[in-house]
Amino acid sequence: MLLIPCPWCGPRDEIEFHYGGQAHVAYPDDPAALSDEEWARYLFFRDNPKGPFAERWSHSAGCRRWFNVVRDTATNEIHAVYRIGEPRPVIA
Amino acid sequence: MTATERPVQADRPGEVLRFRFDGRDYEGRSGDTLAAALLASGVRRVATSVKLGRPRGIFSAGVEEPNALVQVETPFPEPMLPATTVELYDGLVATGLPGKGRLADRPDPARYDSVHAHCDVLVVGAGPAGLMAAAEAARGGARVILADERPEPGGSLLGTAETVDGLPGRRWAAERAAELGGFDDVRVLCRTTVFGHYDDNYVVAVERRTNHLGAAAPATMARERIWRIRARRVVLATGAHERFPAFAGNDLPGVMLAGAARAYVNQYGVRPGRRAVVFTTNDSAYPAALDLAGAGIEIAAIVDVRRAPGEEWARRCAERDIEVRTGHVVRAAVGDGEVAAVSIASEAGGQAREVPADLLLVSGGWTPVVHLFSQAGGALRFDEEIGAFVPGEIRQAVEAAGSARGVPTLSGCLRDGAEAGRRALAAAGFAVPDPAPPPAVEHEPEAAPARHLWLVPPADGADHREHFVDLQRDVTVADVLRATGAGLRSVEHVKRYTTAGTAHDQGRTSGLLTSAITAHALGVDVADLGVTTFRAPYAPVSFAALAGRDRGSLHDPVRVTAMHDRHVDSGALFENVGQWKRPWYYPREGEDMAAAVLRECRAAREDVAMMDASTLGKIDVIGPDAAEFLDRLYTNMMSTLAVGSIRYGVMCRPDGMVFDDGTVIRLADDRFLVTTTTGNAAAVLDWMEEWLQTEWPSLRVHCTSVTEQWATVALVGPRSREVLAGLAPGLAVGNPSFPFMTWRDTEVAGIPARVCRISFSGELAYEINVRSWYGLALWEAVEAAGVTPYGTETMHVLRAEKGYPIIGQDTDGTVTPQDLGMAWVVSKKKPDFIGKRSFGRADTARPDRKQLVGLLPEDTGRLLPEGVHLVEPGGTRPLGHVTSSYRSAALGRTFALALISGGRERIGARLHAAMGAETVPVTVAHHVLYDPEGARRDG
Ligand SMILES: [Zn+2]
Repeated sequence: MLLIPCPWCGPRDEIEFHYGGQAHVAYPDDPAALSDEEWARYLFFRDNPKGPFAERWSHSAGCRRWFNVVRDTATNEIHAVYRIGEPRPVIA
Repeated sequence: MTATERPVQADRPGEVLRFRFDGRDYEGRSGDTLAAALLASGVRRVATSVKLGRPRGIFSAGVEEPNALVQVETPFPEPMLPATTVELYDGLVATGLPGKGRLADRPDPARYDSVHAHCDVLVVGAGPAGLMAAAEAARGGARVILADERPEPGGSLLGTAETVDGLPGRRWAAERAAELGGFDDVRVLCRTTVFGHYDDNYVVAVERRTNHLGAAAPATMARERIWRIRARRVVLATGAHERFPAFAGNDLPGVMLAGAARAYVNQYGVRPGRRAVVFTTNDSAYPAALDLAGAGIEIAAIVDVRRAPGEEWARRCAERDIEVRTGHVVRAAVGDGEVAAVSIASEAGGQAREVPADLLLVSGGWTPVVHLFSQAGGALRFDEEIGAFVPGEIRQAVEAAGSARGVPTLSGCLRDGAEAGRRALAAAGFAVPDPAPPPAVEHEPEAAPARHLWLVPPADGADHREHFVDLQRDVTVADVLRATGAGLRSVEHVKRYTTAGTAHDQGRTSGLLTSAITAHALGVDVADLGVTTFRAPYAPVSFAALAGRDRGSLHDPVRVTAMHDRHVDSGALFENVGQWKRPWYYPREGEDMAAAVLRECRAAREDVAMMDASTLGKIDVIGPDAAEFLDRLYTNMMSTLAVGSIRYGVMCRPDGMVFDDGTVIRLADDRFLVTTTTGNAAAVLDWMEEWLQTEWPSLRVHCTSVTEQWATVALVGPRSREVLAGLAPGLAVGNPSFPFMTWRDTEVAGIPARVCRISFSGELAYEINVRSWYGLALWEAVEAAGVTPYGTETMHVLRAEKGYPIIGQDTDGTVTPQDLGMAWVVSKKKPDFIGKRSFGRADTARPDRKQLVGLLPEDTGRLLPEGVHLVEPGGTRPLGHVTSSYRSAALGRTFALALISGGRERIGARLHAAMGAETVPVTVAHHVLYDPEGARRDG
């Protein structure tokens, strides 16, 4: 079980959190302006890297805030935790 | 199983404990394991093997035991326990198993519990290395947990009888553990098996608290406790397990690991045989042989595959007249059902000689217990010196110490443990005190290199069918060769093909041997081939322990409404909707479900009826931007809703598929009450918060669940207005002053109430909402007005007659509002809302999409099962399936709702419901089968 450092509550057991998939996939400003393919990319396509991955988590059984995590999908190491709206930190 | 008659060792010290095994009475001594007591009682055959039914004896003295599986029968049946780990108590009753146990046929009366703990340093294993690691960490002020699977600390010291600091090892360990117990922040857990090591040093262990007490176990004490430990650093001092080479008959009772025999002699005072042959590849079997000789067991010979054993050991053997045959191997253990003789030959070949013996000790070297290290994500590397895999790199704050990383000597393990403890201390941020002088140990003879012998080939012409690799799974070298012969090249595949390593001993003694034999067959190096992945649990753990207190009614919370007790009194049957208990129907004397539901439906359609609707999810949506927020969330317009009015709405996912539906009540300009389906209340609140936080943080909106704050009674039927008027004299109930889809605050039966005129039945109907603590009073007042209660089944029939879908029953996440025949709920005016863009995708416009339609079986009494598929007459291609199916009082027949490909185009057509060999003809109909104009609802 991961120990996830919630930016508001500090480190808590993974069981308190909900996973929210890839981060920084913004709802398009004007969906009507997108082609079917562009819209389908927003809906259905997500990265699946082996290595550092920016993803969303929600502290659903705690403060209920959403935030972003950079986690290495191969080792589960958490490189960074940051709030929604903040840019993705550069991971060396 | 019959026990061979052998002398009982009655001269042992200790309190006498009586026990029963396989129907016969025996005596053991306090401190015995069942295995030790059986050996002392002359019992050699303890179990039979799972596949071949071969007799099996006691092979080891610990958790690694593959053979001696027993079932403890009292006080509560527990299957598949190694006799080597069952502590003897007075009155123990056990049975030997044929490789499989029997589950109890009654509920376990014992209590189980769990503990969450945090520490700076967790040390797993209280042997020499673990005790030193824990002592150093404790001395530096760290919070320490030391866990060990055995009843007492000491690890290998218990069996070897070595001394430390001039004390018998067992006493030295007890004193070190007692010292540790004196620290405030140190906890020593015995009988505690760490079985899982997960991310971020989340470590799970099971502590057995009362098993060893038998009938004397206090009823108030939890039988087992699960420890969920989060540790900053972990030191794995998990020791090593002895392994054995494959040779013919190596599974016979009487074949025993050398270190185990040594433990039986030293720790339990039990002689596991009278005349022994020792077969070894390394020096560690020599002190075992000498200890056995010292205990009066005749050592017929030491068979050492090496040319050069350790010089000092050879000398000591010569002093005791023990014959050492170097360069020799044991070709076979010989005997009918147990060892009677040992066939010895030169490794180079030549004539074998049979030596009479009743005990064959084997040592193929020592395999570090790397299970937890590997579970924790650590890489393993092959150590040529010890011929086994040892811990390599690891990302987590974990290190192995002592024989768990291949350290061969006691002095080395003591030193290694102390250093690991000091490193853990430093890494956890503590000041590291000056090192203490290392404990003194006995003289340690210089070791000669070990040989890594895996297989003694059979005598000419024989096969490998009695060369066992995995004793618990009855896997032989022949089985492994069949696997490699079939083309399998990965040890993972060989494992699955042969089942080697899949028994509940997890291949502790056999895993490396399986890899080595596979490598040998493939002509590759075992270092390159590797071993199979280690997975939790390290040792079996009962579901009861894992469940802990989360059993029965504590397994999942049960939610009941304020009116629940009244429903129970009324004889309602309940159905589970999520965690809620909802009245399903209210049968009267002599009624079955169908009769009750028809009566309840008739009351709602023809008279007046009532339902507890309190479980509907309710969310307050408040703030200056609340209207804008709901406009973006729902497919239809909510900002234009007038205060005092109500609108039905549908929410979709961005892909356009329906997610939930419900009503939106406008309480004020900046205040709405949203209802959700019962099962989706939490998901809808999550959905709202997700969008507000991650996409629209600038919207000034707050969402609060108020589901439990309100109790709701639905009042339904042509007479509902009349009943409401009687209960709420202050309310103008006439159609013009209180029209459909509006709400009013008033008093009902003297209780402050909000009455909403909405209908989920198609009838004239109201929903009366009161503060939940008035729910029961409201229910009783309405019922007293002569109103018939109905349950969820009737609710389903009524709504289905009207074609109202249940989200999650008539939809499955692939259905759009248009598919449900609700294009009217999708706004054309709003520039955007969640899902809108997807309604422009080619996929959502396909004419062959599955659409919600009604189905009328031609046999009007025939009830279609939900889920049944529909085909064209004579066809086989499934067009869709029945999602809801009921008997209708109003229609005087059965009917169903279904999702059918191109369904609306098929209205009026005949289809067949495919029910196995039978086909049932049905006619496709519009999904609204009752009062399509809505005259009853709006009147
Ligand atoms: Zn939090």
